Amino acid sequence: MSEAATAAKIEDPGLDQGVEKLTRDQIQSTILKVVNQENSARLRAMVGTCVSCGLCSEACHYFMSYDRNPYYAPVGKVKETLWEMMSRNGRVSKEFIRRAATTAYTECNLCKRCVHFCPFGIDTAYLMTVVRRICHLLGVTPQYLQDTCHSHSATFNQMWVKDDEWIDSLQWQEEEARDEFPGLRIPLDKEGSDIMYSVIAPEPKFRAQLIYQAAAIFQVAGSDWTMPATPGWDNSDMAMFSGDAEMMGRLKKKHYEAARRLRVKKIVMGECGHAYRSVYDMGNRWLGFKDMPIPIIHAIQFYCELLRAGKIKVASRITELCTFHDPCNTVRGMGLHEMGREVARAFCPNMVEMHPNREHNYCCCAGGGVINCGPPHKMTRVLGNRIKAEQLKATGAKIIVAPCHNCHGGLEDIVHHYKLNMKIKFLGDIIYEHMQKPGAVE
Amino acid sequence: MHTVYIFLTGPMVWVSLLILVFGLIGKFIYLTSMAKKRDPWIFNYFQFKYAIKSILIWLVPFATMNMRRNPVMTVVTFVFHICLIIVPIFALAHVIMWEEAWGISWWTLPETVAVTMSFLVLGGILFFIIRRMKLPEARYVTRVQDYFILLIVALPFLTGLLAYYQIFNYQLMIILHVAAGHIMLIAIPFTWLSHLLLFPMLRGYVGSEFQGVRNVKDW
Repeated sequence: MSEAATAAKIEDPGLDQGVEKLTRDQIQSTILKVVNQENSARLRAMVGTCVSCGLCSEACHYFMSYDRNPYYAPVGKVKETLWEMMSRNGRVSKEFIRRAATTAYTECNLCKRCVHFCPFGIDTAYLMTVVRRICHLLGVTPQYLQDTCHSHSATFNQMWVKDDEWIDSLQWQEEEARDEFPGLRIPLDKEGSDIMYSVIAPEPKFRAQLIYQAAAIFQVAGSDWTMPATPGWDNSDMAMFSGDAEMMGRLKKKHYEAARRLRVKKIVMGECGHAYRSVYDMGNRWLGFKDMPIPIIHAIQFYCELLRAGKIKVASRITELCTFHDPCNTVRGMGLHEMGREVARAFCPNMVEMHPNREHNYCCCAGGGVINCGPPHKMTRVLGNRIKAEQLKATGAKIIVAPCHNCHGGLEDIVHHYKLNMKIKFLGDIIYEHMQKPGAVE
Repeated sequence: MHTVYIFLTGPMVWVSLLILVFGLIGKFIYLTSMAKKRDPWIFNYFQFKYAIKSILIWLVPFATMNMRRNPVMTVVTFVFHICLIIVPIFALAHVIMWEEAWGISWWTLPETVAVTMSFLVLGGILFFIIRRMKLPEARYVTRVQDYFILLIVALPFLTGLLAYYQIFNYQLMIILHVAAGHIMLIAIPFTWLSHLLLFPMLRGYVGSEFQGVRNVKDW
């Protein structure tokens, strides 16, 4: 057994109590159902083609950070989970499932960096998603992550935000923003608008200033926009990461339906990576849409369009040295690396690249639902991303621009733990602070 | 001994080639029909231009980031694969056999080149074996069958060289050589040697997904 496998076990009631109830037959039938019925050629081809060369290893920040422990290599994780499950025809123990769940939920961010390393293009992120699906169906999910999924099921948002609290938060931010922009509105449920702006539930819950900033940007740009007053406003999707594909589908349907109800031309999403993955890649497919049923663009694209069209203009620039972190879901997910840089450079002329960058960037180690697994697993990811700290430190930058909420969470913990003394900013933060604000009260 | 030789170079060639060809065709049909049934979207997103681009780029030495990161592995892998494919097709003795059987023939490799290339194949396999034993991340995931498959690939070349240099009993060595060749051909559809087929299939899928859907390169 490897060093990591024998290391002190992290207690997590969701995992510990989850496996207690399992029987061998239940485990076997669930594994066989997922492997043989839900998944198909893709899974078989990927598992059957792997020549176990190990060339994917250095793609993984966990592998690099945990002193090249092969246990954390992408192929190592597949060996620890699916290889065993499939070769033993599903006859694995409870303890095995406990360990597999820890691997799939807390030691892989589904960042897809390893796909770029594998000569065959084996998608370990997909394989870990299959393991998560098995664990979800077995009821073995990290407690904090499962809590967000329960919230999704009950409220259609991730953070137990009640319907009236949502509206209240928007009106509160509107009121705040009206001190600066006297005519500003956060138009609620305005049918026929051009844009529906959707955010993730942590925004109204504890990052409400982001809504204020977005409203200011919409105001300055003169956009015709609205936010839904009913469920469907939250574009986040932890169900996608827990393996609850059914709930993922319901969430995305609600989101698209909110936009249809408001008859908007497109949805603009806040600076979130995983929500984007869920609308353009996972959720739409589950619902049977080839593409998004209504045009959806990420904030990076939206800001870039505004800048190019001259709808927002630069008033001041950041002189400190900045670096740009590419979130996996906007880069390996949608190739937005150049657009992100274009926006950042407009305000931060003093930019330095971290290496590797763009589609080969190291993950923040928070995404893929890992940060949502909560405090018990925090150090797994902080220690598991020492490589990112080294990468950041080498830039000498003072500010990290990261257009993704999860990346912020992950990078903040890394910056704090490795004492990097760097600030982390959203593109929205920078634009709000440094754009020209006609009509604003000084 | 002679009848064994006649059998191995006669009917058995049909058996091996049919198993190889129909094994791969069967695998292709099995995978695509299964995908069509359960993951039909794969075909909706599949785009020929991206599939071809992805396959071609991964067939050019040092064209991808990870190839550049591992120069030794890249050189060995490419040399190994090129020799592995070229030698059996263009070795003089093999072409003569085709000519005797069917009256068709084609260009052949000069003997010294064929011998050198066979050594390169064996050298490549030796490199892969040592790499699997020494490199922790490869050792950790290496299964017994991985060595076994390398052995299956090595044997035709090893016995071929032994026969060429007439080491040990020539006749026996030739029979072993032909038999080893058959084992390798038959093993292709049933082991990860089937990446012969699955490499283009998977790359086609991943290339279409990344370049087509995700708007980003996959190398």
